[in-house]
Order: sequence, then C-alpha cells, then structure tokens
Amino acid sequence: MQETNISAANLECCLKCNLCTEVCPMYAVNPQYPGPKQAGPDGERYRIKDPEFFDSALKYCLNCKRCEVVCPSGVRVADIIAVNRLKYGKPSHPVRDKMLASTDFVGSMTVPVAGLANPMLGLGITKSVMDGVLGISEKRTFPKYATKKFVTWFKHHAPDQTQYSKQVHYFHGCYVNYNYPQLGKDFVKLMNAVGYGVKLLEKEKCCGVALIANGFGDQAKKQAQVNLDSINKAGTEVLTTSSTCTFTMRDEYAHVLGLDNAKQRDKILLTTKWLFDKIEAGEIKLAFKPDFKLKAVYHTACHMQKMGWQQYSIQLLKLIPGLDLTVLDQHCCGISGTFGFKKENYEFSKEIGAILFDDIKAANPEAVITDCETCKWQIEAFTNIQTLNPISILAEAIDYEKTQQLNAN
Amino acid sequence: MRTEYDVIIIGGGATGAGTARDCAMRGLKTLLVERADIADGASGRNHGLLHSGARYAVNDRESAAECIGENLILRRIAAACVEETEGLFITLPEDDLEYQAKFVECCKAAGIKAEAIDPKLALKLEPEINPEIIGAVKVPDASVDPFRLVAANVLDAKLHGADILTGWEVVEFIKEMVTITGVRIRNVKTGETKAIRAHYTVNAAGIWGAHIAELAGVHIGMLPSKGALLVFGHRAAKMVINRCRKPANADILVPGDVVSVIGTTSDKVPFEECDDMKVTRREVEILLTEGCKLVPSLATTRIIRAYAGVRPLVADDSDPSGRNVSRGIVLLDHSKRDGIRGFISITGGKLTTYRLMAEMTTDLICKKLGLEKPCETAIKPLPGSEPEAANLPHKTWTVGQKAAFNRHGGCVTQMDFAQNNTEEICECEHVTRAEIAYAVHNLGVKTLDDLRRRTRVGMGTCQSSFCVLKAAKVLAEELGTPDAAQQLVRDFLRERWKGIKPVCWGDQMREAEHMRNLYKEAAK
Repeated sequence: MQETNISAANLECCLKCNLCTEVCPMYAVNPQYPGPKQAGPDGERYRIKDPEFFDSALKYCLNCKRCEVVCPSGVRVADIIAVNRLKYGKPSHPVRDKMLASTDFVGSMTVPVAGLANPMLGLGITKSVMDGVLGISEKRTFPKYATKKFVTWFKHHAPDQTQYSKQVHYFHGCYVNYNYPQLGKDFVKLMNAVGYGVKLLEKEKCCGVALIANGFGDQAKKQAQVNLDSINKAGTEVLTTSSTCTFTMRDEYAHVLGLDNAKQRDKILLTTKWLFDKIEAGEIKLAFKPDFKLKAVYHTACHMQKMGWQQYSIQLLKLIPGLDLTVLDQHCCGISGTFGFKKENYEFSKEIGAILFDDIKAANPEAVITDCETCKWQIEAFTNIQTLNPISILAEAIDYEKTQQLNAN
Repeated sequence: MRTEYDVIIIGGGATGAGTARDCAMRGLKTLLVERADIADGASGRNHGLLHSGARYAVNDRESAAECIGENLILRRIAAACVEETEGLFITLPEDDLEYQAKFVECCKAAGIKAEAIDPKLALKLEPEINPEIIGAVKVPDASVDPFRLVAANVLDAKLHGADILTGWEVVEFIKEMVTITGVRIRNVKTGETKAIRAHYTVNAAGIWGAHIAELAGVHIGMLPSKGALLVFGHRAAKMVINRCRKPANADILVPGDVVSVIGTTSDKVPFEECDDMKVTRREVEILLTEGCKLVPSLATTRIIRAYAGVRPLVADDSDPSGRNVSRGIVLLDHSKRDGIRGFISITGGKLTTYRLMAEMTTDLICKKLGLEKPCETAIKPLPGSEPEAANLPHKTWTVGQKAAFNRHGGCVTQMDFAQNNTEEICECEHVTRAEIAYAVHNLGVKTLDDLRRRTRVGMGTCQSSFCVLKAAKVLAEELGTPDAAQQLVRDFLRERWKGIKPVCWGDQMREAEHMRNLYKEAAK
C-alpha cells in the first residue's frame, strides 16, 4: 500500500504554482521560451510518453537554477530541462558550440599564441568573420588569453608550497588557467598567508559546464570522471574560486550527468566558504592593511544563490574594514556562460542583465565583486566597471606579513 | 432539425455513436439522443484498453475472437485514437505457471498472436514490471482513448448527415399498437419536450438501457457491476500489463495517453448508484496493493484521481433465475423477443467490440427496412485517422500543436494556430486556445467537462487548479455566452474534486489544498 502518495518521480512533486515561471529571467524576455514549469515537469510527462514532444525551445534555458531555488516542492526543474537537452537536443551550430564548449582544448591552443590571438580576437574583421561564419556575436569581446598558463606559473612556485604543514588542493578551472592566472596567484597568496600550502590535482579537466550546456554529455561525463578520480585521490579538501565550477562538480555531476559523486561532493568547496568556516572555528585569522579603501558592490551569481553560499562571500568581505560594500538584489546577469556569446542570444543576454546593470550603475562603485567569472565578463562588458573575485579582493586587502604571523603555529 | 428519422439511437456511448455512424454511412436518416454528454457513461469510465482478446481467451473464446478481429480493425480505422503499445501477461511467483500454457493455447485457438517469452526479455521490453516474474506472454493489446474514439464516431456520423442531441433524455416512447414509432425527449436543462418519430429506435444506453427498456414496455435483466480505477500522474509503464491468471481485481495496467490507469474492481451495485459512482477507500487499497505487484513503482507514483464505471452485464435470457450473465454482445430484436416492433436493444459487449455491435445493429435495421447497403465502418477511417495524417507532424510545431495532433490526428489541420491561438490554456496537457475553439465548434462542447473529454483540459496533475478560469473564459467566449463562465467553473471544480477525494493524501493532498485555497468561493 502506498503510504504517502508522494512520487519518487521528482517531476510529479510539482504543484503547478508557477513560482518558477515568475522568476525565470528568460521567460521574462523571450516569448518563444515556454518557461521552466512548461519546459520542465509539464513537458516531461509528455516526453515520457513520446520523445517527439521534445521542444527545441529548451535551448533557451540558462540553467541559472533560479526556478529550483524558489520551488516550494523541491522539484529540480532546471535539472529536468538539462537532462532532456542532453538526451534529445541538437546543437544549433555544431562547430561553434563545440568550440565554445571545448574550453580546455581552445585554451591550450591559444595560450602559446596569446600575443597574436588577443589582438586578433579584438579586430573588427575577426569579429565579423566569427559572427558570420561561427555565429559568435560580433558585439562580444572574448576574454583575453594569458600569455602563460596558471599551471606553468604554479610549477615554478610549487616547491615553495611544501614548506607549509597544512595543505589544500586547488581546482583552478579553465578561466584561471587560460585567461586570468592572477586569480590563481591571489588564491595561492591568500592560502600561504593563512598558513596553507597549495597543491594541484593529479589531473584536472574543465568541470564540463560548457559541454553540458552545449549538449556534449558524453564528453562532459568523461571529464567529470577524471576530476572525480583526482579529487578522490586528493587527501585534502579541494578549493575553487569559481562558483560555477563548484556547483557543477557538486550538483550537476550527479543530477544531470548521473555520476556518483557522493564521496567527493563534500570535499569540493568554494574558497570563501572554506575560509569563512575556518575563521568562524577560530582556526584562521586575517589581518588587513589599514590603508585599503574600496567602494564596491557584490553581485550574487545565480549558481551561488542555488548553493546558498553567497553569505559566506559577503560576510567574509565585510571583515575588510576599508571595504564599503553594497549587496545588490539578486538578478541574473544574462550571460549564462557560453550562451551569451552566441549571436542569436546576444539581445536576450543583454535584456536579461539590464536590471543588474542599472543597479550597478546607480551604485557607482569602483569595483563589482562576484564569485563567477562569466558574470564578470558580462558585467564588465555592459558597465565598464572592473569586476573581481572576492579572493582577489581579500588577497589585496590583507596585510600579508601580519596574517602569516597570526596563523603561524 | 427534422422530427422524423429512419433511426433514433438512445445513448451517446461508443455503441450508440458507432451505430449512429454506421446508420448514417448507410444513408439512413439518423438521430442520436444522449441525456448527458457523449462518452459520459461506461464508455468514458474504463481502462481505455483495446483488448487483444487474450483476457477472455480461456473462458470465452467467442468474445476473444471478436476482440482480436476488432482490435486489428480499430488499429486501422481509428489510428488516431489507438496507440499500439502491445501488452504483456505476466505470471508472478504466487501465480500458477501452468495457467500460462493453457492461456497461450486458448489465445492461439481464438486467433490471438500470443507468444510466451523469457521473463528476462519481458523485463527488457518493459523494465517497469515486477522483476520477480516467472513467466511472460506478449499479446497484441493496445491503448485506446475512449473519449476520442466516441467523439470521432459522432463527428463522422454528423459528417454523414446524422443529427446529434446531447443534454436531452428520453421520457416516453410513442407507440402505435405494438409498434414503437418514436420517442418524446426532454431537454435536461430547460425542461422543453419534443416528439420525434422514427421507423426504428435503438436502445444503446448501457446500464441505463434497463430503464429505457422499461419505458418501452419490455424487460431486460441487467446487473450493474461497478469497476473502479486509479489514474497515476504519468506513464508508469509503456505497455499494457496484465496478470496471467483467471481474471480478477486490479490486474490490468494501461498506459492511457500520458498517464497510467490501474483497474478494476468488480462489485454489484444497485441501479440507484449508477448515476453517482463513488470510489471507496477499500477499492483504492485493492487497486494499489494489486497494482504494485504488476509494477512496483506504482507505490511511489503520484495518484491523481480515482473513478468508476458501470459494466452493463445482461442476465442470460435462457436462465430464469436471472443470475447467469450473458457473455459477449447482446442484440435484442424486441419484435421477436417481446412482440414490440420498431425497437432494438444492443448491449453487453466491450469498448473494443463497439464497432461490431454497431454493425450488427445496423445490419438488423437495414434488413428490416429492406435496404441492401454493406457496412463500411471496418474499411473507412474515422476523421483524423486517415493514413496520410501520419505524415503531418512537423519539426517546427509547438508542443501544443504536437499535443493536438496526438489527440485529434489529421483534424489538427482544421485548427487555427494563428498567433494568439497558440497560447496554452491547460498547461499540464498542453491544450491551446486553437484546440479549444476547434472542439467547441466541431465536437459539440457545452461544458468544461465536455471540453475535458474532447481535449484533456483539466486532466493533468493539477486537476484544473490552474487552467479552469482560463478555460472557462475561452469556452464561454467561444460559446458566445460570456456570463456563463462562473457557473462553468463551479460545475467543473465540483466534478474534478469528486475524483481527487478518494486519493487525497500526500502530494495530491498538497495539490488539493492548493486548489481549495485558490477557489474557496467557487467551490462552495
């Protein structure tokens, strides 16, 4: 006898209240998108009967997970959509989508020629070719590639790391490795200041978020398994500086790719959360430069909100005496990783982010702080205000020597 | 509307609708009278199973043979209403495996392609079945949507010139000596009465046929048998799953469109209860307990609704005690049986054999009228089921268009999916404004409940909580009676609530509470 009449099928917990539709940033700007309830649980009932009911408009889902955050019934609305896209979706522009999704491959190829690639990527002629041939919006500027990968820099500095008795592993992610090694350097500096040495994973692959979003599920699974195996071997917690990489490895691996990450999940932590917990427990202390001054706003990335971790970053930042911090209302910035780079999505991407851009401009800060690198690209592109990771802010704000002394055992 | 016909058919179920179609196709001036709505009785309250006949093979070979014959015909002529899911008869450890051998043998004798397969293969075909099965037989069962089937027959009858009156009941027979020459009918809503004359009147009123017969002055011994069923929120299995044993309670699970239906129970009920069947807690328990043995995941699948229908079992005329039940189709020529001319009763049978019942009835009428016109209902497809309709679906279709095609087959081309009409009114079932407009203007819709039977409006997991207002507004607009919307809402919610009540716990309770709070006033 059925005790509860509560379905094990997550889609059936949906009461059809439409709260998810209400908060969906894409539904608000795109009449072609049926909204999360329709694309998720409603559509799923029909797709179970016949996959022919798959609606190509599911490609518009940003996977921002705002629907799941508000759902009073715990329906994994966006997961249902993501799984179906992997199962039935077809890339609208296979070459471009593969290129955008292959962050590792493209990054490895570009970094050695970054001196040449960066100016080229910025050229009008390149942009117009990418727009016309590849369907990458010419209104976009690609994030600049670094001239030296983070891992190359780290190899030269890694021996220093062994002097620390306590160790953490760092999952740097593609952005730090290929585009912005400075964030990784800031991370290492901060860790060293609080008495921890940094190790990299035995093997690290792109977390796969772009592969998932562009429909390359099998490749995403392969890379995820490499990461899970490496994390499993790492004897310490694995810290990250990207909210999306963190979220992907903790939740999407299991919910969307169907992998078992139960053993690894709790080890994967965003650095701000890890640091906050250590400070709370009295294990770590920070000392700040008296002359550090900055007026900034904090933008909660959608995946931060999904994890419910924005408060760790915010509270940590609030420890900085010289930081005048305003926390913005949570709105999606509209880029959703590779989504916003696609020509056909440019206008949606811009329109979705409009509320956030206005809020930022109204606050008139010197910097925007966010835990997500793709939010950073979007915010910088539309507000021209420098956008930084909390770790970079902390690394800049701490008094390195004093902090080291405070944490020396 | 005329007042004189060749044939009046009483009852808008599958049999009545099928008979109306057959009569009209053979050129008879035909009227169908239904007191409520088409498919409102047992025709709309069953499994929606297109029997292969296997279930009857052991005990009733004649019915089994009729079923497989009709099964193969309906796959062709009612392609839009039938889903060729195929079926399994599974043997559980507690069942006698020897029955299976006898079962397969009897199926073969009745002309049913029944094939005993390795339980492992059965689990591959349908991973949701109980993994502990010790035997499995594959049979050509299928799923049929009874609402669409009846609606398509009515539509085709109309296209062939028949008149359809719903919301009118027969109150009296007009007799000349021993000949019935017509009926007096009354509008259920307004009380208006009309006299209609015809050469022949056909009683196709299912269990209510006993009452109709009394009105005509003849007696048909009928035994109302209640069958309760449960609807699950989505498809729990894609094939029809039967239990390979002597037919008993809750041993068939059918994928009915996007849901799964488990049934049935079987209990004698008094005639007074036939108009208002309520599913009891005991019935829900039986259905669930037995259903979980077929497909264990039913234990963790949300039940959205319970309903019950009445089988019109007919007492065998040859048994004076009235206890023995006739098997199969019962066609009564009352001039031969009772000396009453101009009156024919068609009853017994099954949803699967409705077309054959209609053919037999129409043959009899034609014979009496001296008309030599062959039956074409086994050859000519129903509206929407034309073979070329299969090529229609297009990649660019919205989900609403695909769903409309799923329900109406080729008739989808008659829907106007212009810009504003693609809006989904019922989101659970993807029913668009275009589909509603089509149903109202072509399928005789007067209430939201009629609309539900034609389109699935309000049949999804929210049971109309979020579409009833929108649907009422659109319906009232299409009917040209915008003031009626509020009453439409009230009536519909009451009807929906009736089916939710017996399964109202867990998630369904949350949904119901949600609905109750939304419509506190309207539901009163």
